[in-house]
Amino acid sequence: MTDLYQTQRAMRALRRAAIQRGVVAILDVGTSKIACLVLRFDGYESQADSEGVGPMAGQSTFRVIGAATTRSRGVRFGEIAVMNETERAIRTAVQAAQKMANVRVDHVIACFSGAEPRSYGLAGEWELQDSVVTEQDVARVLAACDVPPLGDGREVLHAQPVNFALDHRTGLGDPRGQMGNRLACDMHLLSVDQSVIQNLLYCINRCDLELAGIASSAYVAGIASLVEDEQELGAACIDMGGGSTGISIFMKKHMIYADAVRMGGDHVTSDISKGLQVPMAVAERIKTKHGGVHATGMDDRDMIEMGGDSGDWEKDRRQVSRTELIGIMRPRVEEILEEVRSRLDAAGFDTLPSQQIVLTGGTSQIPGLDGLASRILGSRVRMGRPLRVQGLPQAASGAAFSSAVGLCLFAAHPQDEWWDFDIPTERYPARSLKRALRWFKDNW
Amino acid sequence: MQSLGRHAPFRRDPAPSRWAYRMQRLWLTPLFRVLFRVGLPAFVLAMVVGLVLMDQGRRDAISGGIAHITEQFQSRPEFRVNVMAIEGASPDLADALRARLDVKLPASSFDLDLDALRAKAQQFDAIASAELRLRSGGVLQVVVKEREPMLIWRVSDDRLEMLDASGHRVAALASRADRPDLPLIAGEGADVAAAEALALIDAAGPLLPRMRGLVRQSERRWDMVLDRDQRILLPAENPVQALEALLALNTADDLLTRDITVIDLRLGARPVLRLAPHALVEARRARGLAEPKPTESDL
Repeated sequence: MTDLYQTQRAMRALRRAAIQRGVVAILDVGTSKIACLVLRFDGYESQADSEGVGPMAGQSTFRVIGAATTRSRGVRFGEIAVMNETERAIRTAVQAAQKMANVRVDHVIACFSGAEPRSYGLAGEWELQDSVVTEQDVARVLAACDVPPLGDGREVLHAQPVNFALDHRTGLGDPRGQMGNRLACDMHLLSVDQSVIQNLLYCINRCDLELAGIASSAYVAGIASLVEDEQELGAACIDMGGGSTGISIFMKKHMIYADAVRMGGDHVTSDISKGLQVPMAVAERIKTKHGGVHATGMDDRDMIEMGGDSGDWEKDRRQVSRTELIGIMRPRVEEILEEVRSRLDAAGFDTLPSQQIVLTGGTSQIPGLDGLASRILGSRVRMGRPLRVQGLPQAASGAAFSSAVGLCLFAAHPQDEWWDFDIPTERYPARSLKRALRWFKDNW
Repeated sequence: MQSLGRHAPFRRDPAPSRWAYRMQRLWLTPLFRVLFRVGLPAFVLAMVVGLVLMDQGRRDAISGGIAHITEQFQSRPEFRVNVMAIEGASPDLADALRARLDVKLPASSFDLDLDALRAKAQQFDAIASAELRLRSGGVLQVVVKEREPMLIWRVSDDRLEMLDASGHRVAALASRADRPDLPLIAGEGADVAAAEALALIDAAGPLLPRMRGLVRQSERRWDMVLDRDQRILLPAENPVQALEALLALNTADDLLTRDITVIDLRLGARPVLRLAPHALVEARRARGLAEPKPTESDL
C-alpha cells in the first residue's frame, strides 16, 4: 500500500504544480470518444465554504480554454485494448485542444470507465491519547482501517474517508480539535485493475504528457450531473457510455459505492449492425438519428433508408421501419438497465432515504429512455446534464460530456483522499528526518 | 468482387504523427517562440555582421569608405568658409584676435568649432563678449563687443592698467599721459571697488579739476587726493553722501582752498581737519596761545 500512497502523493504534487503553472488538461478516455479539455486556473479561492476534513489538496477556480473531441480508437469496455491506436487518438484530441487554447499542456488528469471497479467499505478505530483529535490521530485512524484483500493485480483508485465518528457521535465531517476518547472512521475504497491504469499511464507518457491525477469516470460523472441536494440526500448516477455503464452512489456528498456494467451504447450499435446487416458507421448514424425505445403506430410508417454501396440495387435500397429499429434497440437497453438494477440492489440502494436516479452519458440521449428507465429502476429517474462550467463550448455541454466536466470539477475541487492526510509517525522510515521532526513536534 | 459504385475513399489518419505533435507542442512553448522569433533573427544578423567584419581589410575598407564619403560631403563648396569678418573691434584688437583665433581659411564649416573659438576670443581682457556665426557666402562673422576703459589703475609704481566700469582689466597702459582723460585710482583692491570709484568721481563735480586720483585704503575705503597734497579721507560706508556733504561745506566756507592737509570724514558726525604746520602755528598765535613745540608726528 505504501507505494500506492507514494504514487498518489506524487500525482497530487504534480497536480499542485500544474495548478501553479495555471494550465492542466482533462482527458476523458471513453470507448466511443476521447474528450480533451484544457483548463486555465485563476488561482486559489477562499476555502471557507468547503466541508470535510479540509481542502488538503487545494481548490481553485478555473476556466475551460480549449476543448476537443475525437472518435476513440482502440478502446473497448472503457479499457485500452490497442495502445498505438489509443495513443494516436489521445494525441489528436490533445493537439486540437492545445491549438484551440494556444498553450502547451504538460499535465493531464484522466478518467476511464472500465477496469471492473469494485467498492469496499472500510472501518477503523483509534483510541485517542489525549482526548483531543489531532491530525496525527486522523492519520492513525485512517491507517487503522483494515484493507480487505483486493486480489491480484488490483490497485486502489479512490480511498475517501466518508464519515468520522467520535465516541457515540457520528456524521462528523472534520473531527480535528474535538474532544472524545475513541475516533472511528468509515472509508470508501475503490479498486480497479492495475493493468488498465498502467496502460493508460503508458499511453499518456507516450504523448509526452504527465499524469497529474486519475479518477473513475462513474465518480466524476456523478460529481458533474448530480445537484447538491441529490449528493447530500443520496442518489445514484448512471453514466451510460459507449462501452460500459458506470454506476456511482452518492450520500452526504461522498461517493459510497461505484460499479460498472460492461455494456453500453456500442452494443446497441452492434446489435443494429448485426440485425440490419449494415456497417457499424451506418448503424451508428441510424441509431443516433432515428433511435428510440418506445414504438408507436406512427413508427410503423416511418421508413428509414439504410443505404449501402455494395453495388447490388436490392441491397442498397433496403428500408427498415422505425418500429423494427426500436425492436432491435430496446432489448439491449433493457438488458443494460436491468443489469444496473441488479447492481444497485446488490449495493443496497433501496435502503437509502432518497432514491433519486440520474441518467447521464451519451447513451442516455436515446429518446424515451427515461420512461423505460423509470419502469426498470424506479419512479424517481431524471435525465442529467453536466454542470455548467465557465468557458465550456456549447458542443461540449451535452450529457455525453458529463464525465469530462466532472473531471474538471474533480481537478479543481478534489475531495480529500486517504493520501492527502499525514502518514502516522511510526510508518515513516526509521531513519527519516521527517520522523525526527515529527517526534519533536509531538513531544515538545 | 469490387463494387463499381463509390469506392470507400482512402481515409487519411487524422492523428498527428509523433513528430508533428512534438513540433506543435514545442511551438506552443513560450520560451521557444520568443527564441525563434527574436533570438534566431538576432543571432543570424549578428553572425552575418560578424563574418563580414572578421576580415581586417574589409573593416578598413568600410571605415575608409565612410570617412571618404564624409570628407567629400564636408568639403563641398557650399560648406566652405573663405573669409573671417570681425566687427566691433578696433584694428589693433582685430589683428590680435585674428592671430589668437588662428583659423586656417579656407576651411569647411564642419571643421570649425565655433564654441571653442568663442571661448578663445573671450579670453581677451579687452573683449566683453564675442559672437561667432557662419554667414552665407562662406563668411565667418565675429561680432565683438569691446570693454570700454573708464579708469586707470596704478597697480604699482611702474604699472598702469585700464579698467572698465565693472573693474575688469581692459589693457595695460604705458604711461598716464597716454590717456589723460581717464581718472586715476590706486591702491590694492581698487579694481574690485571700481564702481564705487566711478560714483565718487561723478559726485566730485567741482573738485575734478583739482583731483589727482582716488587711493584705496586697506581694501576698505577711499582717499581722494587733490593737488597741494590735500587728502579727503572718505568713510567705508556711504562715501558719496560724505563727499556731497563736504562739497556743500566747501561752497559755503571755501574749505578746500585753505591751508589744510587732511579732511577726515571717516566719522560722519565729527569731521576732522588737519592744518598744515604753518597754519597751525598761525592759528594758535592768533588765539594768543603759546607756540607749540614742533612735533614730528601727529600722535
